[in-house]
Amino acid sequence: MTLIDNRLDSIRDDEGLDELEDEAITIIREVAAETRAPVLLFSGGKDSAVLLHLAAKAFRPGNLPFPVMHVDTGHNFDEVIEYRDQLVKDYNVRLVVASVQASIDAGRVVEETGPRASRNRLQSVTLLDAIAEHQFDAAFGGGRRDEDKARAKERILSFRDRFGQWEPRAQRPEPWNMLNAKIRTGEHLRAFPLSNWTELDIWRYIAREEVPLPSIYYSHRRVVIERNGMLLSVGGPVVAEPGEVPFEETVRYRTVGDASCTGAVRSTAANVHDVIAEVAAARITERGATRADDNFSDSAMEDRKREGYF
Amino acid sequence: MVLRIATAGSVDDGKSTLIGRLLHDTKTVFEDQLASVEKASLRYGDGSLNLALLTDGLRAEREQGITIDVAYRYFATPKRTFVVADTPGHAQYTRNMVTGASVSDVAIVLVDARNGLTEQTRRHLFVASLLGVKQVMLAVNKMDLVDFSRDRYDEIVAAATAHATALPAPVTLNPLPISALLGDNVVDSSDNMPWFTGRPLLEQLETLELDDDQNIGARLSVQWVIRPYSTEHHDYRGLAGRLTGGTLAIGDRVRVLPGAQQSTVIGIDRGGVPQETAEPGEAISIQLADDIDISRGDVVVTVAAHKPPVVADQIVADVSWMVDKPLEVGSRWIIKHLTRTAKAFVSAIETRHDVVTAAQHSTERLELNDLGRVHLNVSVPLVVDLYDDHRPGGAAILVDEATGMTCAALMIRGFDE
Repeated sequence: MTLIDNRLDSIRDDEGLDELEDEAITIIREVAAETRAPVLLFSGGKDSAVLLHLAAKAFRPGNLPFPVMHVDTGHNFDEVIEYRDQLVKDYNVRLVVASVQASIDAGRVVEETGPRASRNRLQSVTLLDAIAEHQFDAAFGGGRRDEDKARAKERILSFRDRFGQWEPRAQRPEPWNMLNAKIRTGEHLRAFPLSNWTELDIWRYIAREEVPLPSIYYSHRRVVIERNGMLLSVGGPVVAEPGEVPFEETVRYRTVGDASCTGAVRSTAANVHDVIAEVAAARITERGATRADDNFSDSAMEDRKREGYF
Repeated sequence: MVLRIATAGSVDDGKSTLIGRLLHDTKTVFEDQLASVEKASLRYGDGSLNLALLTDGLRAEREQGITIDVAYRYFATPKRTFVVADTPGHAQYTRNMVTGASVSDVAIVLVDARNGLTEQTRRHLFVASLLGVKQVMLAVNKMDLVDFSRDRYDEIVAAATAHATALPAPVTLNPLPISALLGDNVVDSSDNMPWFTGRPLLEQLETLELDDDQNIGARLSVQWVIRPYSTEHHDYRGLAGRLTGGTLAIGDRVRVLPGAQQSTVIGIDRGGVPQETAEPGEAISIQLADDIDISRGDVVVTVAAHKPPVVADQIVADVSWMVDKPLEVGSRWIIKHLTRTAKAFVSAIETRHDVVTAAQHSTERLELNDLGRVHLNVSVPLVVDLYDDHRPGGAAILVDEATGMTCAALMIRGFDE
């Protein structure tokens, strides 16, 4: 049987990027026009950086006609917060911060305990509360269909009921990618302009457009422990358990999420071009390599999405 | 150039297995995905690696061993990039098949060699034809279970060819015998079927030639008006939207429909960067020489367009009905066409299409998953094309005002006086 080894060969400069950009900008403009109070969800990760870059382009030379919201787990990488604040200045956008710590303090959620505790799942409550508080009716997210098997079934414009839930069996059809933004009070929409992008497309676009990223996406020295095959940064929310010996390693992050459950990968990729070569040759998906939350069960993402996750 | 593929087949025709095979053999499947599929194969099935689990991502799908929803997959070979809309085979999911076909250049229709042409196969061919998908790969699957019989294959192809002549619009059938499970004629030619001299599926997809977009004249349906109100861009007024139908250049004379005003293009921006011309598909904003009243929903068309759109408020359309609540004569809906949203009233139902025999039946109502032809009165004039002339201008959806649900896909076929 022939296995076609094409992962490096198939990178052809910026082939396909214009088409993806046109599609994303069309979606962003359409949702902005059809909804009353949209917001762009910004995590500091590469996908949301690309999303913000595209949204800014969509309305140039005008300003972004909606705010940006960061759901802050309190478990952040310092570099990511610095980066977020710089971008807000550069793009001249209004930032809304929704805090998971505030949700915990208000008794809306209870913090998980134990060495594997994570605030990842708690974010859904904070996000839904913030959407209700600010009366947002649509939230742009950087989700991609190639990320996960549940995401592969996601619509570009995804309907959420009054409880913020996703019901995969009652999704609105999108023939010709036509978007239906009709909702009733209390319901809201999630919009995914990057639906048809792959991880490699994101990186090629970052290179072409020189989109700035937090420094932790590129290789650096870091003290880590190895847990379940993942490298977790020590010093923040992650505490070494007995038998786990911290060591220094040259690593980078493939995704940036809650620091308690986002793993680093061994890498010497120091710039965007190194990363493209690395991603092209990768044999493991980004979520498989770096997200403890998704390896938890076969349908972890579907379950979180049903609850209102990004 | 990206090739967009819709796959369709009956339950257990092996559609998900075929896609899993394409992903696997093009090395698109990552190690952790394969490990997850191996784990799931033990839980759902006989323990042998079940490639269908790569695409059947929802828990209910894995439990029932069926595909419920459209899944989108991406893979590439050195020759081409592919987007696959994997759609379910059940009759009750016809709406998903319509959705998949609406964004596709080519359809792969799977037939189980043991069962031959089923009602589902005929339905898939009908949907492809109705949605304007002109190229169909007729993949006669599970050839291993009929001893790779050439007679059986020929019989099925003959039946499909005969059925194709009764379809509403012509489609080109490209038949081939495969075994998705074993890989015969998927990526490599089959040693088991030396009598088949055609090329394997992937090679055919890599080299399939598509009709160029018909150049019928540039048009832009206004999504958003960019008004920066800044000192630097004080008088800037950009009409933002996606260009279709043809090339637009600075200096082109344009008409703004549904009104009658004309002006000249004096600026084209893409992502804030000025350019001299724009090509179909580009998300741009344009500036006009005259300060005329233009808002979201209006359509800017070149005066030179040789097939200009028609301004109409009474349209005839083929409809794919997608919800439980039926479509009845006299019912009212929200219609979304290009960037215009209006109200529509069903003045008549001309026919229900029999997707199996391609016959026409008169009816008072269309039910979930029915296809038919209707006449609509729209509350405002729309700027429309015939679907066969220009898909973006000839397509629309109906929305239920009460529930907000998308109820129908419409393909515009004509206008009433």
